[in-house]
Amino acid sequence: MATIVQPRVASAGSAKRSQRISAILVNGILAVICLLWTIPTLGLLVSSFRTRADITTTGWWTVFPHQAYNSVSQIELGRGFPVDGPIALDQLGTSVTDEQLRAGVTLPSGQRVQWANRRQRIVDVQQQSWTTNANFTLSNYRNVLVGQQYTYTNPDGTTTTEQGQDLSQAFISSIVISIPATLIPILMAAFAAHAFAWMRFPGRRFMFAMVVALLVVPLQVALIPILRDYTALGLVGTPLSVWLAHAGFGLPLATYLLYNYISQLPRETLEAAFIDGASPFTIFTRLVLPLSVPALASFAIFQFLWVWNDYLIALIFLQARPEAQVLTQRLAAMVGTRGQDWHLLTAGAFISMLVPLIVFFSLQRYFVRGLLAGSVKG
Amino acid sequence: MQPTTAEPQQSARSPTDTTSPGRFFIALLGLIVVLVVLYVGFLFLRSNSAPQIVTALVAIVWGVGGIAALFTAANLLVESLPLTWQSRIQPYVFVGPAIAMLAWFLAIPTLRTLYQSFFSNDSTEFVGLQNYIATFSDRQMQLSFRNNVLWLFLGTGLSVLLGLVIAVLADRSKFENIAKSLIFMPMAISFVGAGVIWKFIYAYAPTDQPQIGVLNAMLVGLGGSAQSWISLQPWNNFLLIVVVVWLQTGFAMVILSAALKGVPEDILEAARVDGATEVQAFFGIIIPYLMSTIITVTTTTAIAMLKIFDVVIVMTGGQYSTEVVATQFYRQFFINRNFGYGSAIAIVLFIAVTPVIFYNLRQLRKQEGF
Repeated sequence: MATIVQPRVASAGSAKRSQRISAILVNGILAVICLLWTIPTLGLLVSSFRTRADITTTGWWTVFPHQAYNSVSQIELGRGFPVDGPIALDQLGTSVTDEQLRAGVTLPSGQRVQWANRRQRIVDVQQQSWTTNANFTLSNYRNVLVGQQYTYTNPDGTTTTEQGQDLSQAFISSIVISIPATLIPILMAAFAAHAFAWMRFPGRRFMFAMVVALLVVPLQVALIPILRDYTALGLVGTPLSVWLAHAGFGLPLATYLLYNYISQLPRETLEAAFIDGASPFTIFTRLVLPLSVPALASFAIFQFLWVWNDYLIALIFLQARPEAQVLTQRLAAMVGTRGQDWHLLTAGAFISMLVPLIVFFSLQRYFVRGLLAGSVKG
Repeated sequence: MQPTTAEPQQSARSPTDTTSPGRFFIALLGLIVVLVVLYVGFLFLRSNSAPQIVTALVAIVWGVGGIAALFTAANLLVESLPLTWQSRIQPYVFVGPAIAMLAWFLAIPTLRTLYQSFFSNDSTEFVGLQNYIATFSDRQMQLSFRNNVLWLFLGTGLSVLLGLVIAVLADRSKFENIAKSLIFMPMAISFVGAGVIWKFIYAYAPTDQPQIGVLNAMLVGLGGSAQSWISLQPWNNFLLIVVVVWLQTGFAMVILSAALKGVPEDILEAARVDGATEVQAFFGIIIPYLMSTIITVTTTTAIAMLKIFDVVIVMTGGQYSTEVVATQFYRQFFINRNFGYGSAIAIVLFIAVTPVIFYNLRQLRKQEGF
């Protein structure tokens, strides 16, 4: 018996150890992936608070403590000091060449020497030490939010004045577009979903098949005719055109999601209400709608994020009317015209992400539920 | 939620009482008033002359209140009809507005675009299949198709694979929720915002200057020379795909993770008792169990990859051989005003998704109630 028990004990011990190892492995890999996933956003966030000069001269990661060479003293060799041969640095007890001083060279002592000013023959002596580059500012945000002139100090000491980007206007535009474009399709979709789920009528199969078929239609297919209709109706450039388009494009998913939910409501409850004499309209408004709040919320979050983050529809229907442009449009335009101005782009991008991130983190549960309901089947 | 039987008489409705001509005309009048109010609201919103906030408030009242009023008025009208007509018409009152919107914004435009695609660029002359021939023979379009195929396979494959790996890892970790939140977060960020974020990561400065882009800083730190990633053909396409994989993996992960929770624990336990290794259990039980979800996630992601537009426009503007079909569509339709050619490109995109449409419709036929 003992010969059987012993290996079992041993294997139980090693199983526990291998379990612990695999737990460390799993968490380790997961941590690396999470880090990789977070770094891009972190870089943006950190950079948006850095000064214009800092962003262009050092990487954003230098705001964290790191080792760097810092100037500790300077050696003045005197004007006209010959540099064609070895240059003796008596203070440091060594000699270096001109090429080495141009590129910077690390001495055996750990110090580093480099020309601070070759014409004046001044050598910079640097020592490695822990530093941070943490000078934070809110001026980038002030610049992109308010359309005023701002003056910056450049790395070389000169100043630049530039016109602010005035994203606050676009921020309001985005809100003005997103809220109605989220609310308008919900009610229509809820009524339709209720009819598909609980009423029998000729054409029901065909109409629902249409909803399902339109779920995946690329909206590019619809843009040209709609733009023509809008031109004929005089709607191009108005927020109304964008609301209607988003309502239309959001309807298939809204109807499908809400159908999935409403058709799962307990049949007995609805039948009992009907027997008690409630009309279909009363059953819908008094019973089905309140019961469907979780599904309505899921779709609302979904649609809100979609509308807020949309670029193509706003680009085509709002066109170049600057006062109507939404955040994504302004941001994309800034990338085109101010592509190297990272102090503006990072702050602008973060402003555009602020609302979706708040919505996302506060209502994540509903959002996930909506995603699941929407994609488990279709 | 069971209604009590305490007051059935009060809410009971005797059908004969409701059908009176007077009620019918009042309801009809109500519906007309609602339609007039909606039209006035439409004119006001079209003129777009009021301050933004006022417009928005009117829009919310007009959109939501107007639709609610429309439904209520139409319903009153229907309820004033004889009972047989009531039950016949009521469903159409419920589905009517949604179906009308769908028809106006998606169904009919698709047919109109199909029709347009057989006409010249100014829509005056019938040209047969010429736009389609141009679509497949143009060098820029061929490049776009090649890139879109790259997007389709690499983008979809990487997103789903990474999503699956992360879902499985998170399932075994104590930090499941926070890890999933972090991976999922990019879903809230717009493609334009993501474009800015990654442009910054790919930022380029000559090797001897300080690098501000993470990727080049690492490369230079390892002794390499800095690359101008955005214009580095053909690798820039892969770098753009990375951006969308970063955005889309969270979606695949969340859905696969939910499906993973549904794998019956007792089957897994039985397999382990029978001596199956974790790897065997994964490929033998978990993967087959997840298969239908994997297919769903893959099609959804593939459709997103097919329509990819914003990231390319923001990061390269379609330059350096990164053009895709959707950016070509935009260029032809919007910049060059080639309506016939643009329509043909849109129809090509549409044809690419038709297998998914047929699949969805077949699934629907199997569904209960249809």
